[in-house]
Amino acid sequence: MGPAGGRGLRGARARTAKESAIGGVLFAAGAVSILTTIGIIAVLVWESVAFFRRVSIAEFLTGTVWTPLFVPQHFGVLPLLAGSILVAVVAAAIAIPLGLGSAVYLSEFAPSRLRAWLKPILEILAGVPSVVYGYFALTFVTPILQEIVPGLDMFNALSAGIVVGIMVVPLIASLSEDAMNAVPSELRYGAYALGSTKFEVASRVVTPAALSGIVASFILAISRAIGETMAVVLAAGMTPNLTFDVRESIQTLTAYIVQVSLGDTPFGSIEYQSIFAVGLLLFAVTLVMNIFGLWFLKRYREEYA
Amino acid sequence: MPTIRVSADGDAALETRDVHVHYGDAEAIKGITMEIPRNRVVALIGPSGCGKSTLLRCFNRMNDLVPIAKVTGEVLFRGENLYADHVDPVEVRRRIGMVFQKPNPFPKSIYDNVAFGPRLYGRPSDLDDIVERALQQAALWDEVKDRLGHSALGLSGGQQQRLCIARALAVTPEVLLMDEPASALDPIATAKIEELIQQLVEHYTIVIVTHNMQQAARVSHYTAYLYIGELIEYDVTDTIFTAPNEKHTEDYVTGRFG
Amino acid sequence: MSGERWSLEAPPELVARRRRGKVFQALCLAATLVGVVTLAVLLADVLIDGVKWLSPTFFTEFPSRLPARAGIKSALYGTLWLMGLVALISFPLGVAAAVWLEEYARKGWLQTAIQTNIANLAGVPSIVYGILGLAIFVRWMFALTGGRSVISGALTISLLVLPILIIAGQEAIRAVPNSIREASYGLGATRWQTVRHHVLPNAMPGILTGTILALSRAIGETAPLIMIGALTFIAFVPDGPRDQFTVLSIQVYNWVSRPQDDFRGLAAAAIIVLLALLLSMNALAIWLRNRYRKEW
Repeated sequence: MGPAGGRGLRGARARTAKESAIGGVLFAAGAVSILTTIGIIAVLVWESVAFFRRVSIAEFLTGTVWTPLFVPQHFGVLPLLAGSILVAVVAAAIAIPLGLGSAVYLSEFAPSRLRAWLKPILEILAGVPSVVYGYFALTFVTPILQEIVPGLDMFNALSAGIVVGIMVVPLIASLSEDAMNAVPSELRYGAYALGSTKFEVASRVVTPAALSGIVASFILAISRAIGETMAVVLAAGMTPNLTFDVRESIQTLTAYIVQVSLGDTPFGSIEYQSIFAVGLLLFAVTLVMNIFGLWFLKRYREEYA
Repeated sequence: MPTIRVSADGDAALETRDVHVHYGDAEAIKGITMEIPRNRVVALIGPSGCGKSTLLRCFNRMNDLVPIAKVTGEVLFRGENLYADHVDPVEVRRRIGMVFQKPNPFPKSIYDNVAFGPRLYGRPSDLDDIVERALQQAALWDEVKDRLGHSALGLSGGQQQRLCIARALAVTPEVLLMDEPASALDPIATAKIEELIQQLVEHYTIVIVTHNMQQAARVSHYTAYLYIGELIEYDVTDTIFTAPNEKHTEDYVTGRFG
Repeated sequence: MSGERWSLEAPPELVARRRRGKVFQALCLAATLVGVVTLAVLLADVLIDGVKWLSPTFFTEFPSRLPARAGIKSALYGTLWLMGLVALISFPLGVAAAVWLEEYARKGWLQTAIQTNIANLAGVPSIVYGILGLAIFVRWMFALTGGRSVISGALTISLLVLPILIIAGQEAIRAVPNSIREASYGLGATRWQTVRHHVLPNAMPGILTGTILALSRAIGETAPLIMIGALTFIAFVPDGPRDQFTVLSIQVYNWVSRPQDDFRGLAAAAIIVLLALLLSMNALAIWLRNRYRKEW
């Protein structure tokens, strides 16, 4: 491929036109992502507006009864929101200690050969589809829990929370580990030189220094947990239930949306529109969390990049 | 045979006996025997790669942290071999402190940086006093006493290095190892560090690695000249720089190479 | 210091500190192993329940009310159709976007906005993409897509995996050293020529790895496809993009939801197939990554 010269001015203009065209096409590809976001917001808002013409926002956001598929219809979304939060809290209670512990071990203690095995296994754990976790919850976790926990429903928030927690452990582990690895080794040497043990270096210097990244991982994991669908559909049930008792059957925001889709809901009906209102709430909650999470991530990358 | 004219007359803070250091197959320190007298400043000089930092790290067992490093021979502190089986390196590092080339304060407050060491051993009730004393010894107290809670990263380079010195002093070591402590600093900050070393040597034994020969001449009582892992000459600083015994030393200090 | 017992051995406080450290270290190891053990238990659970249902007829039969005659033919074909279409749609789009972001876009507010936007899209719950797909591809573009068809599903899933692809593609492109670009520009090549003949070929292994990983994510998606109407009980395979379809993950969901034990076993068998597909894709991606790992 020789230099691009040699065809005279006309050739050069044609080349520039071609270059601009290509640049335009590539930009269009990049713009697809913007169109996607606009599409999501537009679609959610459009149908939600129609929904909120029939149901007041106040009733939606503060009502405690959710029975859109029964008569009489009530559209208080709090039971769904509570269900999502309950599952997310249980998931966080599992995933945060396990994920952080894994990150500390992998980053500060694991011999490199062991690490070479453990990391891919955690990645595989992250790649297992949600339905499979739902299956696992139904066939393994719930039966075992029923032996241990008295009064546990067949469908319950605890099983769902546990498998969702396992699902997001790799997310916390890998982000936290990245953050810890980014801590410069000079800080570790400084701590050793003062007479620290290995664990003290890990806990008193590295972990606090990596805190932004670690917090980011928690936030993003909780956001993931709130957005989880199939595992909670299978494990937690389809019963809107405003409760903090994890042994009970509940329904999350995501499960409700699936429930409506599985049925024959006519377009334009209020049940159909309720999908979008619930979806809008789900989108808003996870968006806010993701923005926070990404902001924390940016902070730690700036500290050590 | 190296020319060694420094003897501690039985009052050595540190002593090496035929110390070798291997990084894998490469030999970085080839059999060094020397004494570090108490309450003196000893400078280790030599061209890049001669092993002065490696030797320094032998004194507080920091080479342990490098997996491929292997240390043989004896390093005696108060007569006890640091590398004996029953010795705990963490305990060694409590008594022999280190300051690094690039200031490495923790991303914590000034107070928490200095308090880090003492806090490892429990919750001392006089922590405030310990912190103040260490900062005064490091000639930093007046500049930071009103902002102990501020982040250490907000200090200038020279201040950060003095903070690292205060941090090391807070655990009351007997020996202070300094690995090119001023090489990352501007001349004014460097002068402050050198002045500090003159004050500290009253209470501590100091071993300093430096590539700046004028600094070694200004600051140290004794100077050891190393070349590719061997000790070539070790004598009173004045002698090393004005009338060295070895031709090799003379070539280096007069700038004929290095 | 003068009255102290002199020794370089670990004093009792240090022994206690070390012991505490060892305990915590063991706890951290245990935390790591919980993940490993869970994966092992999960795989064992699935294998034990499902292996006996893996027969040749399993792959050639359609789902049926009778467990003995049920198979994953429609689901498997649907999954393969879907994967193929998703790859065709998302690969060029993702690579193009990544190239634009890394090679063409000037560092400014637009580039930052698009970059941030992509990072946020990667975190949007997959079911929201399903809602988007339902409204846009199934309803609004009904004439084009045929409604609840495999192309609608592919478009929806493509949008879902696009952010992952773009981010992976950007990393691969960024890893190409600048010296290669500079050499090309120095010879008078245009930007596109440089990208096409130097940057892309060098980044391609990383891009392919990212694509495979994105596709392996897509293969497990269920909720968005339920939303756009992939049916849960069909007895035919798609003939074209506008046909209705189902996928393995939905078949699994369908069978798991049935109370009879036999259907649980069928679900487990389908999961084995799904995981086998996933593992081979991941293995391919890892092999690609290692084979073409360049030491710049």
